[in-house]
Amino acid sequence: MNFDPIILTLILATPLAGAILLALIPERQDPSTSTEQTGSKRHAIGALIVTLLTLLLTLHLPAQFNYHAARHTFQFQENLPWISSPAIHYHLGVDGLSMWLIVLAGLLAPIGVLASWNVIRSRTRLFYTLFLLQQVAMLGIFVALDLFLYYGFWELSLVPMTLLIATFGRTENRRRAAIKFFLYAFIPSAILLVAILWLYNLTGTFDLPTLQALAGAHHIAASPAALLLCSIAFLVAFAVKVPIFPLHGWLQDAVSEAPTAAVMVLAGKLGLYSILRFSFGIFPDQSRHVAPLLIALGAIGIVYGSLIALIKSDLKKLASFATLAHVSFVVLGIFTFTVLGLDGGIFQILNESLIGAAFFILLGLLYERYGTYDMRDYGGLGARHPWMATMFVVTSLAAVGLPMLNGFVGEFLILSGTMQSIVAHHILWTTMGATGVIFGAGYMLWMIQRIFYGSPGVRTEEVQGWDLCPREHLELWPMAALFLIMGVASPLWMRAIDLYGAATAGASAPSSAASSELTLPHIPPAMISPNAAVASNRNSDPLTIAHQEVR
Amino acid sequence: MSSNLLTLLPELILTVAAVLVMLLEPVLAAGVSRKPLGWLAILGSVGSGAAALYQLHVVNAIGAITGFYGTIQVDAFSVFFHLLIASIVATTLLSSLDYFQPSQMSHAGEYFALVLFGAAGMMFMTSSVELLMVFIGLEISSISTYILAGFRKGRATASEAGIKYFLLGSFATAFFLYGIALCFGATGSTAIAAISAGLVVTKTPLFGWLAVGMVLIGLGFKVSAAPFHVWTPDVYQGAPAPVVGLMSTAPKAAAFAVLLRFLFDAAPMYRSHWAPLIAIMAVASMTIGNLGALVQSDAKRLLAYSSIAHAGYLLVAFTATEHLAVSAACFYTAAYAAMNVGAFVVLTQLSGFDEKLRTIDDLTGLALRRPVLSAFFAFFLVSLIGIPFTGGFFGKFYVFSAAVHSGYTWLAIVGLANSGLACFYYLRLLTSLYARPVSDTVGDTPASHRLTFPAALALTATAAATLFLGILPGRVLNLTQRATPATAAQINLQR
Repeated sequence: MNFDPIILTLILATPLAGAILLALIPERQDPSTSTEQTGSKRHAIGALIVTLLTLLLTLHLPAQFNYHAARHTFQFQENLPWISSPAIHYHLGVDGLSMWLIVLAGLLAPIGVLASWNVIRSRTRLFYTLFLLQQVAMLGIFVALDLFLYYGFWELSLVPMTLLIATFGRTENRRRAAIKFFLYAFIPSAILLVAILWLYNLTGTFDLPTLQALAGAHHIAASPAALLLCSIAFLVAFAVKVPIFPLHGWLQDAVSEAPTAAVMVLAGKLGLYSILRFSFGIFPDQSRHVAPLLIALGAIGIVYGSLIALIKSDLKKLASFATLAHVSFVVLGIFTFTVLGLDGGIFQILNESLIGAAFFILLGLLYERYGTYDMRDYGGLGARHPWMATMFVVTSLAAVGLPMLNGFVGEFLILSGTMQSIVAHHILWTTMGATGVIFGAGYMLWMIQRIFYGSPGVRTEEVQGWDLCPREHLELWPMAALFLIMGVASPLWMRAIDLYGAATAGASAPSSAASSELTLPHIPPAMISPNAAVASNRNSDPLTIAHQEVR
Repeated sequence: MSSNLLTLLPELILTVAAVLVMLLEPVLAAGVSRKPLGWLAILGSVGSGAAALYQLHVVNAIGAITGFYGTIQVDAFSVFFHLLIASIVATTLLSSLDYFQPSQMSHAGEYFALVLFGAAGMMFMTSSVELLMVFIGLEISSISTYILAGFRKGRATASEAGIKYFLLGSFATAFFLYGIALCFGATGSTAIAAISAGLVVTKTPLFGWLAVGMVLIGLGFKVSAAPFHVWTPDVYQGAPAPVVGLMSTAPKAAAFAVLLRFLFDAAPMYRSHWAPLIAIMAVASMTIGNLGALVQSDAKRLLAYSSIAHAGYLLVAFTATEHLAVSAACFYTAAYAAMNVGAFVVLTQLSGFDEKLRTIDDLTGLALRRPVLSAFFAFFLVSLIGIPFTGGFFGKFYVFSAAVHSGYTWLAIVGLANSGLACFYYLRLLTSLYARPVSDTVGDTPASHRLTFPAALALTATAAATLFLGILPGRVLNLTQRATPATAAQINLQR
């Protein structure tokens, strides 16, 4: 049976049906007190089945994806009219950019359920229902090709996350953190809605491929200033969710409060995907116009995040600033508008999400055992928990970009993209970005040293923890294996991503390339025209040679 | 059936049901539950809804029908509001069946009758195309709601609510009457079609401008738009919860209907005069409502300020061209009615006649004890915030896209920034529902307390309506897009 025409609807419907089902299953009541019994597993098992099913469905996409599409098109499209006036369609589709992100979201969900297995003991029905709703919203963001539908999922994703933080947060600060998270994301989104309406009023369509075609042909009839403002409204709404420096104010609180399964999907991919899809798609020229600023902010974000991470002794806060540094790396890459930068950036989104997820799970394991996130209370755990220490080290090495592991591929591509970019002609930003790698190694390795080596800390002396149990092995091993596979066989992923990267870098307005030729005479012409750059890189860059071998 | 009778059929059914309730009330012995009277009232409101549907059937077949010398007109516009008001009233009655325990309230039958009489007045407002008839409808509905506001007798807040509402309300009605008089002075008529024709040729346009201003003030009070909103928080706090659900939606819907008819049909040539006034009122209502709600700790006061803000969002629609404005405003009224009535049904069920749970802190941890009610409440709050796939979102969407379409982009930005501000206080309420630990007041309520059937029906109906408007707005939108009052006014002119 051919699932292709309905596969995306199935991917959305499975977690939604799961959420409704879980909401209807009552929690097991304790007969003596008639309150809810703690430690009941029925909702966790249900959520695990639903998320595994979703993962299976998402794997259909890479299996059936057409990697040899002549030009950038959306595949597995579904397009049904939903509301006639205004013309809103239920339009779904996948391309090289979103495909692996969907699989990633599918993979992180069962891991998130496993990570919450023992941590969430009460109110499991609420937790897993919200978790699955969050999953629906996230997958919806990745597959929606109608601006309106997309906006629906975008806003919807805020509600379950806010409730998850507010209800299952760690400290008394949880409600404040939840409201802060919501406000930070919602207010720019409200302005985004005005921009979407304005755009609709101008073009009469919410359809992304149509808008892209209109924008590519410069057929959107508005003054350049108005279009620039509109593009900024889009960009700011997305930048908050990434977050891009200086809009990261919500991140630290939300990360410290949110339960592990929620933190894993909190930052990074949703915002970055939206920038790539909508900002770059509808406003190619305007995005290039603001690119120098964004590259600067990306570089600042890397250094700023890394420096703060160096001095934080609270592990969750350290992780939140490390996240900021990592997503800033992606921002640096994608705003170069080179094939290398875009491909590397998208690949790094996958890496960052996986590494971040593994890292937060490991922190959660420590907290489960010792009840604190304060690094100073730890020490000398290496001998006691050899498996956990191994996993920590593997994750950290992937994060700092050790060759053979996935982080290296992404960082290398991003930095080489920056070097040859026609936008980022200031070598300073590349240098700043590269220092982030050093700082990153600094805080990660220092953290490992303080937790796993040296003399036992206050807390680790009092409490006798235990090493990884089988369930925890099950959470971590797939990710550790992926670090390695993605590090040595990146072309498996790259051949889909490159379809998007090449198209987006190629969509550059010829005028901008010509003008930069005037200002930058020292760059070889082959590097200036992005299309030519693709060709030249294919021959010179060892990584892309590797891609071709796989093809 | 005579066409005169047909034009007033829904109002007649309501009135007959109300009179029956009044007659039966003294027959029942004191201390006996008044539930049968409530069911009778519900039957009446459902019957009037069915009558409105029949009217729609006729309107679809032969077009708008007029009666009583052209003063009453039934068209898609009035049928839409008839149906809306009938549904609001039926839901409110369902949720208040268990609200009045015989031990606490001896004359609950009056309550049901008053609700029905008020609803008849509101329906009358929406189908009148003659300002004096509108005024009569306004008075019928106002007087009923004045009494209902002070219905929890013997409590200081209830008396305050009743008196405040009565005094300020009569004042506002007087303004409305002045507006009618000035219209008559300028054009020699009080019929909307004749006013619109007369205002074009009038020798005293100043009267016309003043009339529009006066009507705006009078109706601005009824819809609690700033700067005529000051009564709202006190009245909502003192009035019984089900009544607040009713009076924050149904009379407002009727007043908005009159405002739409008056501005777009009677005074379209003054658009350049009243559109800026409306924009100012909209900005003021949204901002004052939202800022005011930020500092509230009482849930009903909070929702009162939120209703001021929502009146502001609705006024944004008026800046658009007629067709867009009417359909956006109608849709918003319906969406707001569904979610706000729903929220008050929850409050009614939670706090009961004594209103034990009042403040946001009182509601802390509710989800642990009453998960179903909390989930409903959370859903209505999410819709009030305006999250997609709820009616509240599409309401805002249509209103602001109408404004953007008509060149009022700045108003849309102000409005949506305001809705960002608004989510702060809705979230305060929402997160407290799901917070720990359970507050003492929630802890005192028995966990075993189950929803009664009528309340569950009311909740399901409002939640389903909110969800339906959020997922398939097309059906309702088709009706609202047909509901342009202008077509009707032209028919009148041609006579």
